[in-house]
Amino acid sequence: MLTVEGLRSRYGRIEVLHGLDLEVSSGEIVTVVGANGAGKTTLLKCLSGTQPVSDGTIVFRGESFASVPAHKRLKRGLAQSPEGRQIFTNLTVEENLRLGAFLFTDERVDRDMADAFAMFPILKEKRNLAAGGLSGGQQQMLAIARALMGRPHCLLLDEPSMGLAPLLVAQIFDVVKSLKERDVTVLLVEQNAYGALKIADRGYVMETGRITMTGAAPDLIADPRIREAYLGL
Amino acid sequence: MDALLQFLFSGLTVGAVYALVALGFTIIYNASDVVNFAQGEFVMLGGMITVFAFEAGLPLPLAALLAILVTSAIGVALNKLAIEPARGAPVVSLIIITIGASIVIRGATQLVFDKQLHRFPSFSGDDPIHVLGATILPQSLWVIGGALAVFVGLWIFFTRTLTGKAVLATANNRVAAQLVGINTGWVMTLSFGLSAAIGAFAGVLVTPITLVGYDVGVALALKGFAAAMLGGMGNPKGALLGGLLLGCFEALTAGYLSSQYKEAVAFIVILGVLFVMPQGLFGSKSTERV
Ligand SMILES: Nc1ncnc2c1ncn2[C@@H]1O[C@H](COP(=O)(O)OP(=O)(O)OP(=O)(O)O)[C@@H](O)[C@H]1O
Ligand SMILES: [Mg+2]
Repeated sequence: MLTVEGLRSRYGRIEVLHGLDLEVSSGEIVTVVGANGAGKTTLLKCLSGTQPVSDGTIVFRGESFASVPAHKRLKRGLAQSPEGRQIFTNLTVEENLRLGAFLFTDERVDRDMADAFAMFPILKEKRNLAAGGLSGGQQQMLAIARALMGRPHCLLLDEPSMGLAPLLVAQIFDVVKSLKERDVTVLLVEQNAYGALKIADRGYVMETGRITMTGAAPDLIADPRIREAYLGL
Repeated sequence: MDALLQFLFSGLTVGAVYALVALGFTIIYNASDVVNFAQGEFVMLGGMITVFAFEAGLPLPLAALLAILVTSAIGVALNKLAIEPARGAPVVSLIIITIGASIVIRGATQLVFDKQLHRFPSFSGDDPIHVLGATILPQSLWVIGGALAVFVGLWIFFTRTLTGKAVLATANNRVAAQLVGINTGWVMTLSFGLSAAIGAFAGVLVTPITLVGYDVGVALALKGFAAAMLGGMGNPKGALLGGLLLGCFEALTAGYLSSQYKEAVAFIVILGVLFVMPQGLFGSKSTERV
């Protein structure tokens, strides 16, 4: 589904991704875990086209993304729920969801919206309120639901658990896990390594712009180096 | 009483023009947070181009249409040549760019056309209509009706259409807008084209009453800005009401105090709004939470 090779990216003169290789197959949940500032967000921004790539290739469903601008990537099937949620704060919850399906005008839009409300009933309750007034957890739900409205084949999730109470974190991770049944492939970026590895099939460990370890999620959880560095066990 | 009504009629007429300028501000502001001070020049161009096309022999409706299209293209060019290349610059820099652009447009108009004042015939004659002892020109009704029509059109656009929502989304969060598939570059093109067209439309409507010359845009931009501030920047309802109110304030000041003070009204409104209610009448308090 997604193949990344030799990916480099920089902010001004400072390079923060130093040649990443990464692969996500159809139907998988893959997680990239890493500490603060490792470059996880930068990686996802490169994938969604909102951050320039200085070298390397991104191939999604057989097509090179080199010359595909950000706003055309959703049409190709790649959605992102970005770091910090980035919902449309001035618009209502329902308008946010409708804009998630900006590319579509068919009847499925209504069905998808009903689905989103079934997934997150609190959003239905608040559908006519400005999204900026939602709590952090509700904004995260909205960000995920909005991304799903775009009917992606693959969803990029940037730290959905950030700043949320444990109960909400569990709920969000349950939803991410359930995306498998909807045939949505997931690339999940997290500092909460344990939570992410528990629901993932495979994982990558990222340190200062490089992949330092990769493997099946259960193996990574069992690995003593990871247990010490990321799981605090 | 007759005098009051007479003042209000003239106030509503100029107020409708301010409202149209303010509506133009609204669109670009909604898409980009930029206050486009070249908006007054669009009004001027609408009037000037219609004048010269009409004098060259085109029927008036065609001349007006041509003026609106050409002005709209100039609005798009302004975005492509001056605003887009400076993307990422602070909003204040972009606003200064629009002021620079307005100077360029004025200069070019002076060269291409001339420095005289012009007019073309009113659409429905010049016989005043008598209402309750006061009179109003048929052209004033055109101006007021035009402002209302544009307002309703924009209101529908922003609240009922997906494209309108895409404009709002782009203003609110450009990156997120791209992530849902909105071509934000195109939204900017649309916004500048549309607001230039609305400005030109105002120029077409008002020229038979106020005449047009290359330098009428400066004052209009200022008045339109005051109107938009009064109503709440970014809100079409605010733009309409702010424009009409400002026009009436001016007319009443001119009528009951002295026409010397009229020009000060817009400044006083701007200062008053800044001090007393920075959100304006209808401005939404932004509710952000991290
Ligand atoms: N806009 C920016 N300009 C300059 N440097 C940046 C910018 N954004 C991120 N960086 C730097 O790039 C590096 C990688 O940042 P990035 O946000 O990708 O990390 P991250 O793994 O997502 O961290 P976190 O877990 O805190 O979200 C960091 O050193 C950061 O300081
Ligand atoms: Mg990050």
